[in-house]
Amino acid sequence: MNDGIDILPHEIDEIIQVIREQYGYDFIDYSRASFTRRVKHCMQRAGLKTMYELRYHLINEASFFAWFLQTLTVNVTEMFRDPVFYRQLRETVIPRLASYPIIKIWHAGCATGEEVYSMAILLKEAGLLDRTRIYATDINPANLEKARKGIIPLNAMKEYTANYTRSGGTEDFSSYYEAHPDHVVIRPELLQKVVFSQHNLVTDQMFNEFQLICCRNVLIYFNKNLQNRVLRLLYDSLVPLGYLALGMKESLLFMDIQAEFESINESSKIFRRKH
Amino acid sequence: MNSLPPEIVVVGGSAGSVSVIIQLLEQLPQDFPFALVLVIHRQKSVPSEMDKVLGFSSNIEVIEPNDKDFVRANRIYLAPQNYHLLIEQDRTFSLDYSEAIYYSRPAIDPAFESAADVYGSRAMGILLSGANQDGSQGLAYLVQQGGRAIVQEPQSCEFPAMPLAGLQVVPQAEVAKPAELINRLFSL
Repeated sequence: MNDGIDILPHEIDEIIQVIREQYGYDFIDYSRASFTRRVKHCMQRAGLKTMYELRYHLINEASFFAWFLQTLTVNVTEMFRDPVFYRQLRETVIPRLASYPIIKIWHAGCATGEEVYSMAILLKEAGLLDRTRIYATDINPANLEKARKGIIPLNAMKEYTANYTRSGGTEDFSSYYEAHPDHVVIRPELLQKVVFSQHNLVTDQMFNEFQLICCRNVLIYFNKNLQNRVLRLLYDSLVPLGYLALGMKESLLFMDIQAEFESINESSKIFRRKH
Repeated sequence: MNSLPPEIVVVGGSAGSVSVIIQLLEQLPQDFPFALVLVIHRQKSVPSEMDKVLGFSSNIEVIEPNDKDFVRANRIYLAPQNYHLLIEQDRTFSLDYSEAIYYSRPAIDPAFESAADVYGSRAMGILLSGANQDGSQGLAYLVQQGGRAIVQEPQSCEFPAMPLAGLQVVPQAEVAKPAELINRLFSL
C-alpha cells in the first residue's frame, strides 16, 4: 500500500475541502486512518503520485470524481456475511417482525446489495416477504445500479452457500438464483419489495420509520463525532422497540445514544430501541 | 536506534507463526509497558477462537478490539477476523472491511503503517513466519517513520517467505530467533 505515496494530514484536509465545495460530499468526519488509506488506494489505481495531481483531476474532471467516489468508498460485502448474525436474526428478530401488518426494513449503506438479498431470503422463508418493504440505500450510485441487477459472480457462490447453511438455512440455496456460466442472477421476485435509492448518511435526513435497520460495517468508516450523529439519525428512524443491527465489531459503548438502546444479542451486535 | 522503549508493538504473522506467538506470550511478564497488537492471517469466515487459544498461553487476556476502542498499554490485542486493523491519531482502533490484501483480512501492512503514522519512533514492528509478502511494505514504512523492525530469522521459520521478503525491503531490520524475541522487546 505504501509505494511511495505519502500524504500529509493537511493535504488530506485540502482534498476533503475540494470535494465538499465542488461535489457536496463531506468526508471531514470520516475515520482518518482508513480514509487516508482509501485515498492512497485510489491514487495507486489511477497511477497518481502526488496530491497535486489528485487535486488537479478532482477539480477539473467530474468523471474522475465519479470514479474516485466509487473507488473511495468500501464496497466489499457478501451474502449471509457473519452467519451467526443471520442465525440470530432468523431466530430472534424476524419472528417479532411478524406481528406488524407491514414490515419496513432499512439497509443503510447496502453497498452492492448482497446483504439485502440475504434479508429477502430470510423473509421469504418466514413467509413475510409479501408484506415487507425494504429500503436499501447507499452513498454510491454505482453500487445501487449493481445491487438492482442482482448479479453475483459465480466464484462467490460456494462461500455464500456455506454461509447460508451456517445461518440455519435449510432450503435448496440454488432455488434463489438463476445460474449462468460465470455468474448468477438473484430471482427477481425476491427483489420485488426492495427499493434501492441513494442516501448519504452524513448529509441526508430521516425519511421513514422502520422496525429494523441494518447498518453493518458502515459506522467503522466514521469518527466518533459522526458515529454519534448517524446513530441519532438511525434512532430517530426506528419505531419504539425497533431493532438496530451493527457489524460484529461495532459497539455503542462510547456513544451518546447508548442508554436509549438495549442489547438483544451482545456478540451479534443486535440492539433494540427502548422507547 | 531509538533510546525510548516502544509504546506499541505490532506482531505480524501468517503460516507457522502461531507457535512463535504462543511462545512469546508465555514469556511475557505481567507488567509490560506497551500495547501488544497481534495481526495473524486467518482463514476467512471460519469461526475462530484464536483469542481464547492465545489467551490460554498468556497471563493476560487477549482482546479482539471493537471499533474505536482505546489502545492501552499493558494489553494484548488481536486483530479481529475479517477486518483490517488501523489506529487513529487519538489512539483508538479503527476497523476496516475493505479488500483483502494478499488474500488476507486482517492484513499486516496496514497495521504496521498506521501504527507508524501514530507512534513514529515509538512503534515496533515484528514480522514472523509466513508464506507470502504481506508486512514487508508496512515494515519499510514503519522504519521510515523512525520505528524499529524485527524479523524472525528465516531459518527458524516454518514458512520463511514473509521474513525473507521483509529483509529484502528492510535489510537493516534486526533478525531474531523465536526464543530471542522476548528479550528484544525489552532491549533498547
